[in-house]
Amino acid sequence: MTISTTQNLLEVSNLRVNFKTPDGFVTAVNDLNFTLEQGQTLGIVGESGSGKSQTAFALMGLLAGNGVIEGEARFEGKNILALNEREMNRIRSKEIAMIFQDPMTSLNPYMKVGKQLMEVLTLHKGMSKAEAFEASVKMLDAVKMPEARKRMNMYPHEFSGGMRQRVMIAMALLCQPKLLIADEPTTALDVTVQAQILTLLNELKDDFNTSIVMITHDLGVVAGLCDKVLVMYAGQTMEYGTAEDVFYRPTHPYTQGLLKAIPRLDANDEKLSTIAGNPPNLLHLPAGCPFQARCDCASDRCLESMPALQEFAPGQLRACHKSLDGSVA
Amino acid sequence: MNTSNNVLMEVNNLKVHFNIKSDNAWPWEKGHALKAVDGVDLTIYEGETLGVVGESGCGKSTLARALLRLVPITDGSVVWLGQDLRDLDKKQMRSKRQELQMIFQDPLASLDPRMTVGDIIAEPLKTFRPELLKEDVKAEVRSIMDRVGLLPNVINRYPHEFSGGQCQRIGIARALILKPKLVVCDEPVSALDVSIQAQVVNLLKELQAEMGLSLVFIAHDLSVVKHISDRVLVMYLGNAVELASKKSLYDNPQHPYTKALLSAVPVPDPRVERGKKIQLLLGDLPSPINPPSGCVFRTRCPHANESCAQKKPALQALSNEHQAACSRLAEIA
Repeated sequence: MTISTTQNLLEVSNLRVNFKTPDGFVTAVNDLNFTLEQGQTLGIVGESGSGKSQTAFALMGLLAGNGVIEGEARFEGKNILALNEREMNRIRSKEIAMIFQDPMTSLNPYMKVGKQLMEVLTLHKGMSKAEAFEASVKMLDAVKMPEARKRMNMYPHEFSGGMRQRVMIAMALLCQPKLLIADEPTTALDVTVQAQILTLLNELKDDFNTSIVMITHDLGVVAGLCDKVLVMYAGQTMEYGTAEDVFYRPTHPYTQGLLKAIPRLDANDEKLSTIAGNPPNLLHLPAGCPFQARCDCASDRCLESMPALQEFAPGQLRACHKSLDGSVA
Repeated sequence: MNTSNNVLMEVNNLKVHFNIKSDNAWPWEKGHALKAVDGVDLTIYEGETLGVVGESGCGKSTLARALLRLVPITDGSVVWLGQDLRDLDKKQMRSKRQELQMIFQDPLASLDPRMTVGDIIAEPLKTFRPELLKEDVKAEVRSIMDRVGLLPNVINRYPHEFSGGQCQRIGIARALILKPKLVVCDEPVSALDVSIQAQVVNLLKELQAEMGLSLVFIAHDLSVVKHISDRVLVMYLGNAVELASKKSLYDNPQHPYTKALLSAVPVPDPRVERGKKIQLLLGDLPSPINPPSGCVFRTRCPHANESCAQKKPALQALSNEHQAACSRLAEIA
């Protein structure tokens, strides 16, 4: 799926992440392909263990020591997976920035928030301390931090969870990166705070024309923010398409099951539909399709081979042996 | 729903305050009171599910623990079937616990890692009915395991061998083996994936219908609570702000906080989600050590005026199934 247009900011092809563990190789991400245009937002959804966070870590060059990457990720035409640490450091935060899930553990508790913000600017932009201070205050204002100037002198523990996440977002945006990778940025937050942060991300997207890769398990968050959606299961892409396609016309049994299993505020059904069984153990993946054991429409063919990811309509891909009219091919 | 009018538990003006003292305080200095739960009234009927929602720090977990007397109660009463639990001594309270059980948030941490599944589930039975024969205990364990969807061959395994959803089923089996009347569930599904969450929620609903249980279901996820509850209590900073039947609360929320909370929940539907108007709350939750005077929500409320700082509003009945605590309801409606 290499649809080459000139505006593609990021092209990921055949990305594979393996981990060497005492019990053998674990493939956390298996042949992942996607492209992202400038200004677009891609949502990667999946349950725990589906490989969505490892995709983010692989792109940022932050994989754990036992991780092995295969494949390519072209950022503005350059394969960032082949860069060495020095070259990667120049791109990180300046061109590609990341927001982490837990805002407390991703800030340095010993450093004042202001210093942590200014560091980014003095390092990447060569600003003087005074310039960096002013630019940081401006960015804190942009993420709607009240009393930004005063807060520059505070330590992370003096902030609430929502405030810390704002600091993380401000830090990620300081160099105005072209791509922002957000790994479950609102999972640790309360709903009203989540609403604040998501509104903020939507505004920033429009103001700075930043492309966002949004990694989340919450389909509601994806619905509000993303243009494209990629559904992952056990390291594989199950379905890919525009938000409208995936939410209103899901074709993969996993996506369909997932959408039905979410309790919705705007529905009144008494019983939730469920996906039977448990996610597979990545160490002992079943042969064939990883979802086959929990799938209602599984056939013998699903036991034997993993279906290839195919484009069945323009811009819409899925990996399933079941044909679109419901019969198993 | 098989809700009857038989009152199981009546809670009056329940207060749980924790005394907080800073590390470098002088011994004669008095600490501050952290008002985790500050005057909650509620009634739990037989066979119903009462959902409790609110954001972190609103006191919902402390309320849950106070209902079972797992935290010291500062003031008020918790009347269980006509008897105030605060009057009971340790021994009497212990025997009452057969009727009052709890399911915890973290499925793995709430199971003893050195006990097998069979032992974990059998423990309440061995404690409260020591006269039972070994075979009878085993039969009971097998039957409840079957009921919650655990295969009989896992009886000798240890908790670490199970996934989160399976561990939660073990926790449910342990809570239900004594056939309690009331089960308090403290965020039982928030650690689980969506597909597993749906399985556990359905299981709880089925078991409730089958055994005639009353559930107090605590969660921060308003969609899950909507799904499982008959009535819903909304809490903010230790106070009950709204209590209503599910339908009335979700269709017609009255309190400004409930309205903001409901508007903030993301809906998995791009057109709805992008078209809706979110009522953003300004600022952060105030500290429960030094809560605002009068209405605790007034510092973030779009409708607050001077009168809100004077007097703390109590829950007032709007209809026979809807109560809200706001002094300006008539003006802002």
